[in-house]
Amino acid sequence: MKIIAIDSTGMTASAAIYCDGRLSGVYSINHKKTHSETLLPMLDEVKRMTEFDLGQADAIAVAAGPGSFTGLRIGAATAKGMAEALGIPIIPVPTLDAMAYQFCGTDKVVCPMMDARHAQVYSGIYAFDKSDGVTLEIINESKAVDAGEQVGKACEAAKQRNCGIVFLGDGADAYRELIKEKADAPYIFAPAHRNTQDAGCVAVLGEIYFGQGRSVSADAFVPEYLRPSQAERVRNEKADDAGT
Amino acid sequence: MKDTLILAIESSCDETAAAVVKNGRTVLSNVISSQIDIHTLYGGVVPEIASRKHTERVNQVVSEGLKQAGVRLQDVDAIAVTYGPGLVGALLVGVSFAKGLAFASGKPLVGVHHIEGHICANFIDHPELEPPFPCLVVSGGHTHLVRVLDYGKYEILGRTRDDAAGEAFDKVARAIGLGYPGGPKIDKVSDEGDPDAIVFPRAKVGDSVYDFSFSGLKSAVLNYLNSCKMQGIEVNRADVAASFQKAVVDVLTDHAMTALDEGGEKVFAIAGGVASNRHLRTAFEEKCNARGIKFYRPAPIFCTDNAAMIGAAGYYEFMKGVRSDYSLNAVPNLKLGER
Repeated sequence: MKIIAIDSTGMTASAAIYCDGRLSGVYSINHKKTHSETLLPMLDEVKRMTEFDLGQADAIAVAAGPGSFTGLRIGAATAKGMAEALGIPIIPVPTLDAMAYQFCGTDKVVCPMMDARHAQVYSGIYAFDKSDGVTLEIINESKAVDAGEQVGKACEAAKQRNCGIVFLGDGADAYRELIKEKADAPYIFAPAHRNTQDAGCVAVLGEIYFGQGRSVSADAFVPEYLRPSQAERVRNEKADDAGT
Repeated sequence: MKDTLILAIESSCDETAAAVVKNGRTVLSNVISSQIDIHTLYGGVVPEIASRKHTERVNQVVSEGLKQAGVRLQDVDAIAVTYGPGLVGALLVGVSFAKGLAFASGKPLVGVHHIEGHICANFIDHPELEPPFPCLVVSGGHTHLVRVLDYGKYEILGRTRDDAAGEAFDKVARAIGLGYPGGPKIDKVSDEGDPDAIVFPRAKVGDSVYDFSFSGLKSAVLNYLNSCKMQGIEVNRADVAASFQKAVVDVLTDHAMTALDEGGEKVFAIAGGVASNRHLRTAFEEKCNARGIKFYRPAPIFCTDNAAMIGAAGYYEFMKGVRSDYSLNAVPNLKLGER
């Protein structure tokens, strides 16, 4: 199976091409958030360097959210355009699933965190199946959550499993002191090379999700924001106030 | 000669649109998916919601545009997309989608200026119209009086110093309780009002005969409404709407006629969302006729935000050899005549 993968959900822009079990090229830049200008030129570069024929692609795997709203849409719209032109499906890969999957094989609980501002992180809690060591298990679904609360939940999961925790992502960077203060289970922070979004992981996990029938049409794909827009929040609050 | 087909995409505000245009002048399809019902709930366009809706609808709109034109993606010569000015998040959806489409299909990509699109809407169905000609662009975000010197070449004579004409329509409509969007509502209710009932100011900008200012007019309307309220006088909404509208139309026509007198051109065009205002169209028609000037205005469907106009503008850019690369970005404050 041949997959084009992109992730533009956070500070890192990442593009990858995956061919039949081999990750033939990955290009990631964790520098500035100028994904609109950089993401597609990066993918173009990977395509040229790997002499990949886009017409051979079976699917586009895209980090589907959560993430920066604008970043999500740059990735989503780019994927939707490519998938439309190539007549192939999109495999939505939840951003935090792909981040956690970087630690495939660990016996620790994995807690990726993305800085979501407003004192929150986008985070999920993961582990790998005890019997095979590689199947991603979701202990807590991705959501926008108070950072301290999430640290508590990760510790709880670790204690239940009698293991440690891996914290990763720019949310873990932002709340490093809070984690140090609150964690009451053994933990590590991910090393820099596995601390951010990576389209290679999106591709590999994307193939697994494709096998589970989780691909969608180019038209049907929309990012998972996990938060309504500010205007909708205010309007819903007003409606709630009026209702009570 | 072989026909040149442009697939055009527009998402600068709250309309998701796609069109296929042949040789810059013939519209094969023009699909517009409006979000107005959603934004009406909030009294105006909410950028984040607009961006989300564009993302949801862009594939349907583009594939419908190709289908209605009876054209496959591989048949088009280039993909044109609006990259500014407009709401950055909204623009980014169209730009990113168009780039993905161009990258995967190998088709050339042409970034188009939204206002240039509005101006080029006049080329649609008017094969005889060619530059040079003066044009007034009036919409919710823009008020520009320009000379179209050549395809893609503009001299800006005047612009608004504060509110765009369409913005003033929206604000006044809200103040008299007509709601959003203000332009069409004021246009309609004005039919029942007396345009001479209230004299609102026609603002002149001291150092420029062509620049516009509408914030003073808007304030005058608000002051009028306030003073009526203080004195317990019942406001006739139709009279306010008609009088306000007449003040806007007078200023727009005056400036345009000054430009025509100076330039001596025998043709004149209007463009933009406000150019579908019936009173404005009639006023320009009368003034142009009186001077023996041929007056052009796009059909109302090509005045509102649409992709056919982007296809018309994109065609002329494409023929000039303009190509955008994959680093094309949305430019919310893109100036007319700049790339």
